[in-house]
Order: sequence, then structure tokens, then C-alpha cells
Amino acid sequence: MQNAIVSGIAISLICSTVGLFLVLRKFSLFGDALAHSAFGGVALGLFLGFYPLWAAYAVSILSALGLTKIRQKYDISGDAIVAILLSSGIAVGIVLISLSGGFSIDIFSFLFGSVLLVSTENVIMILGLSAAILIILITGYKKFMYITFSEEQAQVSGIPVQKLNYLLIAIAGVTVVTSMQLVGVLLVSALFVIPNVTAMMFKRSFKQTIILSMSFSVFSTVAGILISYPLDIAPSGMVVLLAITLFIGSLIMKSAGMVKTAGIQKKIH
Amino acid sequence: MIVDISELSVSYDGIDALQKISFGINEGDFLGIIGPNGAGKSTLFNCMLGINLQYQGVIKFFNKDIRKSEEYLTHIGYVPQKPVVDRNFPATIREVVSMGQINNDPDKVDEALQKVWMHELADRRIGDLSGGQQQRVFIAKALVNSPKILVLDEPVTGVDIHNKDLFFQILSELNSKGKISIIWSSHDLDAVERLANKVACLNKTLFFHGISQEFFNDEEMMKKYSETSMQMHMHHH
Ligand SMILES: Nc1ncnc2c1ncn2[C@@H]1O[C@H](COP(=O)(O)OP(=O)(O)OP(=O)(O)O)[C@@H](O)[C@H]1O
Ligand SMILES: [Mg+2]
Repeated sequence: MQNAIVSGIAISLICSTVGLFLVLRKFSLFGDALAHSAFGGVALGLFLGFYPLWAAYAVSILSALGLTKIRQKYDISGDAIVAILLSSGIAVGIVLISLSGGFSIDIFSFLFGSVLLVSTENVIMILGLSAAILIILITGYKKFMYITFSEEQAQVSGIPVQKLNYLLIAIAGVTVVTSMQLVGVLLVSALFVIPNVTAMMFKRSFKQTIILSMSFSVFSTVAGILISYPLDIAPSGMVVLLAITLFIGSLIMKSAGMVKTAGIQKKIH
Repeated sequence: MIVDISELSVSYDGIDALQKISFGINEGDFLGIIGPNGAGKSTLFNCMLGINLQYQGVIKFFNKDIRKSEEYLTHIGYVPQKPVVDRNFPATIREVVSMGQINNDPDKVDEALQKVWMHELADRRIGDLSGGQQQRVFIAKALVNSPKILVLDEPVTGVDIHNKDLFFQILSELNSKGKISIIWSSHDLDAVERLANKVACLNKTLFFHGISQEFFNDEEMMKKYSETSMQMHMHHH
């Protein structure tokens, strides 16, 4: 369980940070699409006898980069790309799994996530990857914020927009597979989206929004694991339910007028 | 000359948007670029700013071909045509102005905001401002690296008269006191006549470039300009 909690914290931090950039680009479901393509990767790994997680990393990163390229070249809308990626990942998965003799327990743990998938070796890998991702995103946050705000203006400021876009998308691919061990293919994108949407309701600065979103995400994950462990249920469902509870709580606070917008108080004098 | 454009041509899918445009800009110039909708003003800007590299001809900034180095961009402040701001984007005015800042000096941000009289609102969110206020923030953003040249693409579309005047006053001061050269596209002939010392009149080709008074005092020229604009207008209906 310590393994699960430690990796849960790391995963919450990367999912909320990467997710904020995706949500702001109106690309909320991209995490979901990547997770589904990673599922195809897991099936491919099982079918060919590789370690399924490596196959998932490869497939997730390649499909993320490939589809971004296709999207730019042929001007296909983001939501259509997401739909294609989502279904093709599952389709590949189903065919390969059927060919290799049907569903096994492994597949179910990848779909729903499992504390058991998080062995000590995995924890080390999760922590290492998360640290690398956080360092990249935090040191470069101003640039990532800028290209998310306006690609054209960022380019005129001499920022390598294309390269950073590919970097961000590749990071999203790695984040999805890293997180999917604990929270499962089906619910990974909840951690990308829900804490960020909740944090954005507070209408704070960019920095404060990231910090709020990280806090919501860590709280839901840790509490979700703590609650689900003694009950022997898959933690992913509980984690996401808690994230949704925070979202609804904030909605209620907001409609009760308890949320202050940044900078308003200074206007008085 | 700080900007030198020669024989610039651009076409989109085989249709010409600009044909062999040549002109130069001197240090301290306040150049107004006029021309009807679809004349190619934004296309010209996009080439000058390295957003569109699919052009023929040569564009030089500070005597260097812009295809060879992007370094010139650090001396340019750009205010785009109607920047679209997502109302929910979680960034304060201060954060928007500091995007693209080369050194991370917070004093420079305050200084830039003071120049457009927006410093009191610095911690409000960009999405909570009116269009005219946002436009002023974008000028501050363009000023934050102390540029030598300011490029503005129809910056006052949809801004009310009061804010427009304020805006023009800011531009004049930047040009006269701040010694910043300005390249500015506009549909507002009166404002161009009032503010600019040079005029470029564009409609696919460049049919006038020179001193502002010469253009506005030349009745033939004015007639020709209003005719092309009218033709464009009727074409659209
Ligand atoms: N990305 C593009 N793809 C295809 N055609 C384009 C593109 N951008 C501009 N054009 C065409 O090039 C011509 C010039 O457009 P441009 O936007 O430069 O005009 P403009 O002078 O800025 O007009 P406005 O006053 O309306 O802003 C127009 O005919 C337009 O249809
Ligand atoms: Mg234009």
C-alpha cells in the first residue's frame, strides 16, 4: 500500500500538470484516446510476449506524435482525431487478445488499474519518470503556457512552438502509460481533466491554478487509495469519485458566491 | 533603413495575395499600411514576422535576411489583429505580459503596464477585461522587451472612440518619446493621416509608398483608393 500511495502522489502531480495544458487546448479527451491506444499496446505486448508496459509506452508515444503530425498536415479537427485513436486502440486490443486466447486477469488489471500492478520496481520507474516530467514542465512552464495561450504570438517571440508541441504530446503519452498501472485505462483521463476543471473554477492565476489542481489531484488519489484498500476494491473508481466530489463541492461553493476572482479586491482603491 | 522588403510575392493555392512588393522603413518611421479587406496586409505582416515562410523575394531586418536568423524577432513587438482570448484562460494580466519576456525582470512588466495605464489591474484575469483593455495589455506585452519596432495589425477594430483616442495617444508617445518605429495597418484613413508620417497603400500590389501628406493631398490617389475599396465592397455583395 505504501507503494501505491507514493506512486499515487507522483501520478497525481504529473496528470494534473500535463492535463491542464490539454484541457486549455480543448483537447480534454486526448488523454483518454492515448490510454485506449496504450491498451492496444498492452495487448500487442501480451500477444508478442514482450513486457506489456514497454509495448504500451511505445504505442502511446508513437500514436500521440503520429496523430499530431497527421492532424497538422491534413487539418483534421482534434475531436475527430481523438475518436479515431480511441476506437483503433481498442479494436487492435480486442483482435490481438482474442487471437491470443481470450481475456486474462492481466488485461482486467490494466483496464481498471490495480494496486497489485505497482511493485517496488514499478514504483522506482514511476517516481523516476514523474520526476523527469515534472522538471521539464515546471522549468518550461512559462513557454508551455505561452504556446497554449497563442501559438502565433509565441512563434513571433522566437519560441520553438513545433518542438515544444511535440515534446508536450510525447510527455502526455508517457504520463498516460505511467498512470494507467494504478488508475487503469478507463479512468486515466479523469485525472487529466477533473482536477483542472475544478481548479479553473476558482479563477486564479496560472501558477495558482496549477497548484490548486495538483492539490485536488493528490488529495483524491491518496484518500481514494486509503479508502479502497481495506474494502479490497480497485482504487481507480474511488479516486475518481473523490475528484468528482471536489468538483461538485466547488460548483456549489461557486454558486453560493464563495469563490473570489483574482485581482478584484485590488480594484477598490 | 531598418526594414528592407524587395520583390515580395505570396500566393495561396495558386492565387496571388501579394505581387512584387518593395519598400523600406527608416528608423523612427510611423508607417500606416492601408488597403481594403483582403488586400494582403496581414499576409505581409505574417511574412515579416516569420509566421509565413512561403514567400518569394527578400525581407531584411537590420540588414539581415530574416530567413537566415530569427534573432531580429527579439527587437520586435507584435500586436496581432484581434487576438482571441479564451475567457476561461487562467492567466493574470501580469502573466500575459511576461509571456515571451526575455529576461524575467518583474519591474519591466510593471513598466510596460504603466505605459498603457493598466498597472492597477495587473492581477486581474485577462479574460475578465473588455476588448479595448485587452488590446492595451497586448501592447504592454509587445513593449516588455523594449523593442525597436512595433508591428500592429488593425489594433483598434471594435474599440470605442474614447479607447481609440487613448490608444493613438499611446502610439504617438511611443514613437516620438520612446523612439520606437511603428508599422501599423488600419482601415481608418483619418487616423492614419493624423498619426503616420509614411503611408503604404496596398491592394495585392503596392500602389503608393511614401510621405503621408503627399498621399492625402493627392486627389487622384485618394479617388483611386476609394474606387478600389468600393469595387471590393461591391464584389462582396
Ligand atoms: N491562410 C490562407 N489561405 C488561403 N488564402 C489566404 C490565407 N490567408 C489569406 N488568404 C487570402 O489572401 C488575401 C489577403 O488576405 P489578408 O488576410 O492578408 O488581407 P488583409 O489585408 O489583412 O485583410 P483584412 O483587412 O480583412 O484584415 C485574401 O484574398 C485572402 O483570402
Ligand atoms: Mg488582416
